[in-house]
Amino acid sequence: MRLFVSEGAPGSLPVLVAAGRVEGRAELLISTVAPEECVVPFLTQPRLPVLQLDSGNYLFSTSAICRYFFLLSGWEPDDLTNQWLEWEATELQPALSAALHYLVIQGKKGEDVLGPLGRALTHIDHSLSRQNCPFLAGETESLADIVLWGALYPLLQDPAYLPEELGALRSWFQTLSTQEPCQRAAETVLKKQGVLALRPYLQKQPQPSPPEGRAVSNEPEEEELAVLSEEEIAAAVTAWEKGLEILPPPRPQQNPVLPVAGERNVLITSALPYVNNVPHLGNIIGCVLSADVFARYSRLRQWNTLYLCGTDEYGTATETKAMEEGLTPQEICDKYHVIHADIYHWFNISFDIFGRTTTPQQTKITQDIFQRLLTRGFILQDTVEQLRCERCARFLADRFVEGVCPFCGYEEARGDQCDKCGKLINAIELKKPQCKVCRSCPVVKSSQHLFLDLPKLEKRLEEWLGKTLPGNNWTPNARFIIRSWLRDGLKPRCITRDLKWGTPVPLEGFEDKVFYVWFDATIGYLSITANYTDQWERWWKNPEQVDLYQFMAKDNVPFHGLVFPCSALGAEDNYTLVKYLIATEYLNYEDGKFSKSRGVGVFGDMAQDTGIPADIWRFYLLYIRPEGQDSAFSWTDMLLKNNSELLNNLGNFINRAGMFVSKFFGGSVPEMLLTPDDQRLLAHITLELQHYHQLLEKVRIRDALRAILTVSRHGNQYIQVNEPWKRIKGSEADRQRAGTVTGVAVNIAALLSVMLQPYMPTVSATIQAQLQLPLPACSVLPTDFLCTLPAGHQIGTVSPLFQKLENDQIENLKQRFGGGQAKISPSLAVVETVTTAGPQQIQTLMEEVTKQGNIVRELKAQKADKNQVAAEVAQLLDLKKQLALAEGKPLETPKGKKKK
Amino acid sequence: MAAAAELKLLEKSLGLSKGNKYSAQGERQIPVLQTNNGPSLTGLTTIATHLVKQANKEHLLGSTAEEKAMVQQWLEYRVTRVDGHSNKENAHTLLKDLNSYLEDKVYLTGYNLTLADILLYYGLHRFIVQYILVAF
Repeated sequence: MRLFVSEGAPGSLPVLVAAGRVEGRAELLISTVAPEECVVPFLTQPRLPVLQLDSGNYLFSTSAICRYFFLLSGWEPDDLTNQWLEWEATELQPALSAALHYLVIQGKKGEDVLGPLGRALTHIDHSLSRQNCPFLAGETESLADIVLWGALYPLLQDPAYLPEELGALRSWFQTLSTQEPCQRAAETVLKKQGVLALRPYLQKQPQPSPPEGRAVSNEPEEEELAVLSEEEIAAAVTAWEKGLEILPPPRPQQNPVLPVAGERNVLITSALPYVNNVPHLGNIIGCVLSADVFARYSRLRQWNTLYLCGTDEYGTATETKAMEEGLTPQEICDKYHVIHADIYHWFNISFDIFGRTTTPQQTKITQDIFQRLLTRGFILQDTVEQLRCERCARFLADRFVEGVCPFCGYEEARGDQCDKCGKLINAIELKKPQCKVCRSCPVVKSSQHLFLDLPKLEKRLEEWLGKTLPGNNWTPNARFIIRSWLRDGLKPRCITRDLKWGTPVPLEGFEDKVFYVWFDATIGYLSITANYTDQWERWWKNPEQVDLYQFMAKDNVPFHGLVFPCSALGAEDNYTLVKYLIATEYLNYEDGKFSKSRGVGVFGDMAQDTGIPADIWRFYLLYIRPEGQDSAFSWTDMLLKNNSELLNNLGNFINRAGMFVSKFFGGSVPEMLLTPDDQRLLAHITLELQHYHQLLEKVRIRDALRAILTVSRHGNQYIQVNEPWKRIKGSEADRQRAGTVTGVAVNIAALLSVMLQPYMPTVSATIQAQLQLPLPACSVLPTDFLCTLPAGHQIGTVSPLFQKLENDQIENLKQRFGGGQAKISPSLAVVETVTTAGPQQIQTLMEEVTKQGNIVRELKAQKADKNQVAAEVAQLLDLKKQLALAEGKPLETPKGKKKK
Repeated sequence: MAAAAELKLLEKSLGLSKGNKYSAQGERQIPVLQTNNGPSLTGLTTIATHLVKQANKEHLLGSTAEEKAMVQQWLEYRVTRVDGHSNKENAHTLLKDLNSYLEDKVYLTGYNLTLADILLYYGLHRFIVQYILVAF
């Protein structure tokens, strides 16, 4: 037989590797032809590589050629391999040819190239990690591995295109790439030129049509059932039979929680919300809620856990707010701290401590770190040109200047950072700066300031990062942000400000200045802990025994991943540094951003007025958690997910399982005689449970929620196939079967209640009360699926868990919160002050117009002072105008005689 | 013809009595077979091959290594080229190629009917109804 290959044809890679299988078994000639040569007489388009068989037949499909070589060497085909090859041909190849075309022919880079492939790569990664095998179709390398490896090699051999977060894909790919036949084929085809070696071939190919892009990233990957081995099934059955006995006793509650030698000590922080803003849903999912899920999970694992947060209270914004409301900054903080605490309490956030940064401990610890940095020579002094608003008579904090971004031209860049391009800005570099308070143009004045000498600390930082980052414990966006900072080179950062409301700077000549949030906000975690226990150093100066997890949105990464570590390393006081840095992307609201000023979006304090329970909010926010990419809150989607996933899937299953026990077995869990099918189900559930654990250990919160829903889907399917409601009316054997199915199902429901606990704590407690789940099983989540409700266990009263969300209810909420409103055209937006008006707002305005109308009439009737009447009339006209705008009507021009 | 309907037809022609249930996945409505005693199978040719084995008619998958590889090649051709054709011109080329290939053959692999013939026939049926008048 004769193999035709051509320069740069990617298909040659797997074919050459597979050809190694027939060495010595058959005679194989290899001919190299031009890429455009039509070797196969009956095909119009050239196809290469091609294998001409001795019979005269041609194999022109790369997979088929590889398959043929494998068949000759005695390999037997199987379903899983066929499935992978079909997937390769129909899904991977179209995406891959687009990616290679972009890269090699169009010279695109990065995400442009990887974009079309994202789903396919994730699919391989998930399949590998789900089935827990090193290779695609089992324990040994086989046909599917060679074909897929060969297809992917030209692109993935460049480490930039092998996503770090896809760990299973990476190790599979690297294992194959280091094997001798693969290395030889790679050298023959790519000739050490990398992907560019494919150019001669790709140039001759028609431009591939781009694969269908998917706009929505909220959809789950399709689930596949893994292949189970006999051992896995046997292990699952053994664990199941052990039941409650193997559960450890619940951890006794400690107060205060302190690290224990020899245990896993987990310290969790979520970014400190700024005190004078009411947090919106994006803030909530970005830090406190994500951290809460992990903290709850950590406690279920019996890890010694401390979860802390608090309000960040110092700074200009507080001063300004205080001015606005006629209060002192301290009073503002006191007021808003309570608002925050209430919101998080409503969302059921399980803080061990929710503190604040305006405490004597904050001053003490911040000043101590500063003194240590100063004596070690890491503090610089310099004169700073700063923007001062003469009208407000003060220096403007970065956040109080807005202007045009000097890098990208974005019009609403803030003084410290541009929201569009994400670059950090020096406020005086802003074009067309404006004081955010009075809108006048600030002037540049100079002032003495202190700087943290980051360049001098860079080496220590890199050394620490070198030890920390390879653990893959930081989310990819965090690693990326820190790397790009280091690549651009660190510069000294100013750590003082001309303000009053802050931690005082303990240095002569700086009495009227305070520390800047860059420096002292992250120290808040330490001082908040110090207010909780005087032994706070056992958490914060104990890197050997404590695992520090920090949750935040990605804009906070530089403070946590770089500035604080630099301060801590420079202070040389053995501080605990972040080991797991978990940063989310942004959550959008419907199609735009949350905006307090425009009244768009749902804010923490409003969520409770919607009548939708906190757990439903938690579920949906976690379901759309911006993990890996931005996502969007959508009312319609929330309705859909509530009604499909919660009501029809999870709620339906748990309720049915419980109802069968109540209705058919008098509330007592029946005897279970497991058939091989049941045993297989136990193993599937165990596998999914272990997958859940793996994901949460990596803090992939959103993916782990999918695992819960998958377990419940297995449960529903199990009930559906076995139909206990029919069998209960049948023969003795049928009734026995109905009992087993009901018993297994109700135990799955019990497992679900525990898996659900980090996500929906109230629903979880409700299920556990309904099932009367024994206490030890409620507070520990083992890695195996145990029978926690043995035969004879009496359950409680079962009732439905979730309510349907109705369309009109959601439409109302959408109206109320400004979602789905027609976008305001720019020309209109200038005139308009009331942009979003729901029916409620219109109602209020109408009432106000009527009220004001009555006041005017009364004054006129009393023949009151002209000026007074005029003022009230003006107010009435203004209200009418607002109402007209809110209703979207044209303004009525005043008719008739002029009003004075 | 939706993939599920096609697989139902195949089941019938293979003499499989107990009907399977199929679901569809994604935009392209790829068929999924949920088996009770194993993992689910995804994809038309994967499921079709599985059904043939279930019916103990392995000869339809080819008897020699060469035939087996040929059958799978034409199955791949069916799902990538026949199902993936984008316009009339492509369709024309495809039919022309097949016509010239089959000139000296009875079936796709030579003298024996295989699964490749069955699925290619199903795939082309719709296609020919749609194009034959303009193509030839």
